[in-house]
Amino acid sequence: MKNRFHIVLGAITTIVIGLIWQTEAQSPKGKTGTFALTNATIETITKGTIANGTVILKGGKIVEVGTSVAIPSDAEVIDCNGLKIYPGMIDGGTTVGLSEVGSDKKTQDFNEAGEVVPQVKALTAVNPNSAVIPVTRVSGVTTVIAKPDGGLFPGTAALINLFGYTPDQMYAGFEGVVMNFPNTGRRGFFDRRSDDEIKKAAEKSLKKLDEVWDKAVQYHKLDSAMKGKGLDYYPEMEALLPVVRGERMLMIEVNAAKDIQAVLKWVADRKIRKVALTGVTEGWRVADEIAKAKIPVITGPVIAIPTRDYDRYDQIYANPGLMKKAGVKVAIRTAGTENVRNLPYHAGFAAAYGMSKEDALRAITIEPAEILGVNDKLGSVEKGKNATLIVCDGDPMETKTQIKYVFIDGWMVPMVSRQTLLYDEFLKREPGVSKN
Amino acid sequence: MKSKLTYQVLLLALTLGLTHQSAGQDKGTMLIKNGTVLTITKGTLENTDVLIRDGKISQVGKGLKAPSGAKEIDATGLFVMPGIIDAHSHIGLESINEGTSQVTAEVWQGDAIDPLQMSIYRALAGGCTTSHAMHGSANSIGGQCQTIKHRYGTFLPEELIMQGAPRTIKFALGENPTNHGTRDGLLPQTRMGVEFVIREAFSQAKAYMAEWDKYNKNKTAKGFRGAPPEYSYRLETLGEILKGNIIIHCHSYRADEIYMMLNVCKDFGIKKIVFQHVNEGFKVAPELAAYGAMASVFADWWAYKFEVYYSTAYNATILVRNGVTTSINSDSPDLIRHLYHEAGKTQKYGGLSDDEALSLITINPAKQLGIESRVGSIEVGKEGDITIFKNHPLSIYGVPQYSIVDGIVRFDREKDPADMRLLPDPKAEIDVTLHGQYDEGHDNCLQDVEYLFNDLVGLKN
Repeated sequence: MKNRFHIVLGAITTIVIGLIWQTEAQSPKGKTGTFALTNATIETITKGTIANGTVILKGGKIVEVGTSVAIPSDAEVIDCNGLKIYPGMIDGGTTVGLSEVGSDKKTQDFNEAGEVVPQVKALTAVNPNSAVIPVTRVSGVTTVIAKPDGGLFPGTAALINLFGYTPDQMYAGFEGVVMNFPNTGRRGFFDRRSDDEIKKAAEKSLKKLDEVWDKAVQYHKLDSAMKGKGLDYYPEMEALLPVVRGERMLMIEVNAAKDIQAVLKWVADRKIRKVALTGVTEGWRVADEIAKAKIPVITGPVIAIPTRDYDRYDQIYANPGLMKKAGVKVAIRTAGTENVRNLPYHAGFAAAYGMSKEDALRAITIEPAEILGVNDKLGSVEKGKNATLIVCDGDPMETKTQIKYVFIDGWMVPMVSRQTLLYDEFLKREPGVSKN
Repeated sequence: MKSKLTYQVLLLALTLGLTHQSAGQDKGTMLIKNGTVLTITKGTLENTDVLIRDGKISQVGKGLKAPSGAKEIDATGLFVMPGIIDAHSHIGLESINEGTSQVTAEVWQGDAIDPLQMSIYRALAGGCTTSHAMHGSANSIGGQCQTIKHRYGTFLPEELIMQGAPRTIKFALGENPTNHGTRDGLLPQTRMGVEFVIREAFSQAKAYMAEWDKYNKNKTAKGFRGAPPEYSYRLETLGEILKGNIIIHCHSYRADEIYMMLNVCKDFGIKKIVFQHVNEGFKVAPELAAYGAMASVFADWWAYKFEVYYSTAYNATILVRNGVTTSINSDSPDLIRHLYHEAGKTQKYGGLSDDEALSLITINPAKQLGIESRVGSIEVGKEGDITIFKNHPLSIYGVPQYSIVDGIVRFDREKDPADMRLLPDPKAEIDVTLHGQYDEGHDNCLQDVEYLFNDLVGLKN
């Protein structure tokens, strides 16, 4: 009798748990703990491919990677037979979290007023609940640079993980000051300015840039002399101070070949130590010079039309491969917002048009991690790094590949976004054409 | 006098003859040997040859012989597919928005073709051989569009025109024609107003046709003294839509406005309608299917404006699974270069088969433009528009090698020089250096509108 009671109770409990689980599945949450991903092909990126391997995730870290790994007793085992494990993909330049609806300024927070506002911080304005975030991460892009844009110094960018409810939970260990190098080219066919007007505008911008930088250097000298005490509140200069001192990266957006050359000289003249070039659409024209300067590059979008009518049609697709071949350290970005999920395709196009597949994959994993100085935590599947990785059924750059699991900082992220929910609701809509 | 007329007729004949012989309308004979032929409509054929004779596919089979002197392409290890068709594009056009009135059915994109644009060659380099050169979406009833073939190399605008392709016209719903708040006082400001503009236009066209019918019927009657009604090419064009002679291509996003337009069509007896963009088509897929309306969508664009915020990349799959004839379009000089990749995304978002995915950029857009008996698949008798890929076109590693229009190679990856401009501007000093301007993020249907309305007409506020 007692036994029977237990069976009935057990059954009821199962049903109740089942119901709760079902409700949760409507709006699932992330979960953390100890995970054992077994029988997987592990693409470590930095240490080759491990066939039939296991990865153990615990306490937000990768604690074991290999073929003969003991599975902890408390681990949730996920059989990855036939699946592949890669590090989470990193996009080195986006406005994710800073923009929600492209045409509506009220939903945009990446463009502050003023030419020189390096003190405004992307990290504090990122919306952790943006609908863009789940859409991006279920495609395997786990970590992105959220980057201000606008004037000469539009603000400070931040690397964020696409899981978390506060900026602190999302922060992935890098901040950098953004600078838009004055553009000496015509901005497009819509640019109706005369040649003279373009030249004058660029000269004016360059002069302003030099003034700001000289002031920042002066501020640094004063601050050093006064041992960090006694200077008046000057937020712009305070934000530039760590850049002058080589403690924080200056991310310089530059695209036209002539401008890239000018930047290389500008940086060398001022002996700026921590620099990355971003955009770099015409990097292929001056790739040797970039390589010689040993300045890393975060380039993209790769899927884009050539900058000039006389350029070969596939020039931008080929740009990352050509720079890499010249010896430039290259990461790939989308420069996008809502379709940052297409990052692996930008790398894929680079691979289709000249870059090796290995280098293309590195350009969205370990290379951005190294450039941003977070390669101790991100960018490869290695023991001791953050448990930020993806499990998929093939090459992540291949279009039809399905991402099966995403882990960010040890959290198993629900594979759901508004776009998948709409699919579930509308594939077979009920009611159909007639209601009754 | 008579001799002068003869001379003029002769001159005209000569001119026409010359035009016919020039580069644009050339038709070639060539053999594509030993490829994997993705016919789209008749399966995939391994190690198969395709023979094009005088611009038309004359044979598909094994061991075919090329006529003497004909070009041969060895497609061993390559994929041979029909030329890609884009049902929504603005390339090769000088301007796309008349927009000075809420109804501009009288204008035609065929009058604004620019055959020199690099975008045409670049589209070819992405395997796209035919596109639908569309009017913009500034007004509820825009201009007539033109289906063009990418015969890059000609200097003559008319040679891009796909002769005999059905007439099409652009309609537009939602944010673009209402442009909330920026054109104060002008109808329409709301989706209600858009419906009214369209219904009013069709009603006027109906009355116009009735008047002309009455006049034509009576004019030969004895003692008839009435004058003919005032001629209007605008109403004439709208009348042709009502008669089923022009296909509507309707820019739309939200489910409600799509449903509204279906009802308008129902009320006016219009059967031929293709919804463009139609990001929320998936929400009314059963209704679209039941009406026989078609849909031409983006693979994954969303959130670039509010009316596409509640979109899903599964749109194409949901539409296909509900039986709607669906295509994937570009509306962009970049996207048009990789529609094969955009089609491939439907395998990620919903798992369409290879043939289903490839149909979205070949036979289905052909149906939407009414040219499916001529292009869109590799079948004997169809036009020799072919694209040859290294690696499968749905793979990210697929790279177009050749694009062929009417049996003429218009793109050759190995042989074409880097600079393919037809007419370089010798005076240009400062280069245009676009930096990712064509990144995903907006539809291009409102091109020139700001300039037109703010600078020219001074309407802004």
